[in-house]
Amino acid sequence: MKKIEAIVKPFKLDDVKDALNALGIKGMTISEVKGYGRQRGHKEIYRGAEYKVDFLPKIKIEVVVDSSMAQQVIDTIMKAAKTGKIGDGKIFVVSLEEVIRIRTGETGTDAI
Amino acid sequence: MHVQPADTAFVLISAALVLLMTPGLALFYGGMVRAKNVLGTIMQSFIMISVISLEWVYIGYSMSFGPDVGGFIGSLAMFGLKGVGASPNPSYASTIPQVVFMIYQCMFAVITPALITGAFAERMRFWPFMIFSLLWTILVYNPICHWVWGAGGWLKAMGVLDFAGGLVVHLSSGAAALAAAIVLGKRKGYGRETFMPHNLPLTLLGAGLLWFGWFGFNAGSALAANSVAGSAFVATHLAAMSGMAMWILVEWIHRGKPTTLGAASGAVAGLATVTPAAGFVGPNSAVVIGLVAGALCYMGVAAKSRLGYDDSLDVVGIHGLGGFTGILLLGLFASKVVNPGGVNGLLNGNPSFFVTQLVADVVVGVYAFVVSWILLKVVDTLIGLRVTEEAELEGLDLSEHGETAYTM
Repeated sequence: MKKIEAIVKPFKLDDVKDALNALGIKGMTISEVKGYGRQRGHKEIYRGAEYKVDFLPKIKIEVVVDSSMAQQVIDTIMKAAKTGKIGDGKIFVVSLEEVIRIRTGETGTDAI
Repeated sequence: MHVQPADTAFVLISAALVLLMTPGLALFYGGMVRAKNVLGTIMQSFIMISVISLEWVYIGYSMSFGPDVGGFIGSLAMFGLKGVGASPNPSYASTIPQVVFMIYQCMFAVITPALITGAFAERMRFWPFMIFSLLWTILVYNPICHWVWGAGGWLKAMGVLDFAGGLVVHLSSGAAALAAAIVLGKRKGYGRETFMPHNLPLTLLGAGLLWFGWFGFNAGSALAANSVAGSAFVATHLAAMSGMAMWILVEWIHRGKPTTLGAASGAVAGLATVTPAAGFVGPNSAVVIGLVAGALCYMGVAAKSRLGYDDSLDVVGIHGLGGFTGILLLGLFASKVVNPGGVNGLLNGNPSFFVTQLVADVVVGVYAFVVSWILLKVVDTLIGLRVTEEAELEGLDLSEHGETAYTM
């Protein structure tokens, strides 16, 4: 099993969600996060003073899938989240040891 | 000397409008601090309604407007509002009950120390703050109020004019704010971390409430529902809107973006600057006053970082500088055509009035700064003004009040 963490531009969330749903992904977790990469930050202005803001708001999407599905999910996210401009985000793929459904106690791919 | 119902109703409504300015100021300031200090900042304005109203009815009103002692202060003959009742006091307003004049003036006394709190936002302990504000009102506000507005006050006798509080409210609080920013020192991390406003919609709402209340502040200062109140109302609005326009314009040219905080700041700068002049100048002068305020206060705020003090929410640059400038612009633009009870200013052929206004500016600015500085030093030595380093890190909401404004 793989956990796929995608950090994307906030306004791309709906596109990614719809694309993953079309692929048959049954669930995901999202969080509002802040960070920076090559895009760096931006400047904000308060009462004539400029402030450099390093951390920009992004959305982190976490999806867990069977290893066989991983490449397909990665390709889908890449396609849906891409604008071609700097700051599109990153995808991290992590091998997952175990998944447990709390209600039934099912484990492994059955619990995804 | 008969009580006029229309005048009485107008001043009572104006008093309620001025009261609303203090919660408005609380939101204006509250939005500009970090989320961990929003309640502490709001509370510093809000609590003044209680502390200063109490002070006012027992000694403040008498010290400010009671029988004159040597031109410097009112005696305590009206302690606890003794003799302040249904009949008018002709020295101040001959058509409204004195008790109405008293409560109207109470709201001015309340908001003035609240204005200072912007200078030491995010780092002052609560009860030393209350002690300082109470002593400041007794030793700085009441005397200055008496000099400028009290019957027999020495600045008033000199011919100084201040329609609604350029000296009494804005310059006095601005000078105290400078002293406070210097005595308390910078916030932890100042210059290294960024202190950005956590909720600008709150600040904009506060600015709107201030603007609304300011009509009571300035038009109400006519103390009658008459033509002076009407021209003061118009001057107030025109200065606010031109202050906003000018600040935005300067900011746009200087930084490339017109900001909402700039719009709010420019409006408040225009309002503070027109306050002393509102009832004595015509509409065109009011527009010029607003334009000057918008540009000058922008520069005053920008100068802060170069001068090296942490006046957190720009009380010096907006209220201090605005009040100081407004007193001088009144010396320039005052017109007896607008208000036959006033005087003519420099541009209407009376240069000596301009000089009188300049003297008053210096006297009030120096007195307020020096006494505030001494008071802050004394309170600091006795009980300590500043929160501990951990409390400052944690935020005033939790350390001083045991609350948080926002929960998940």
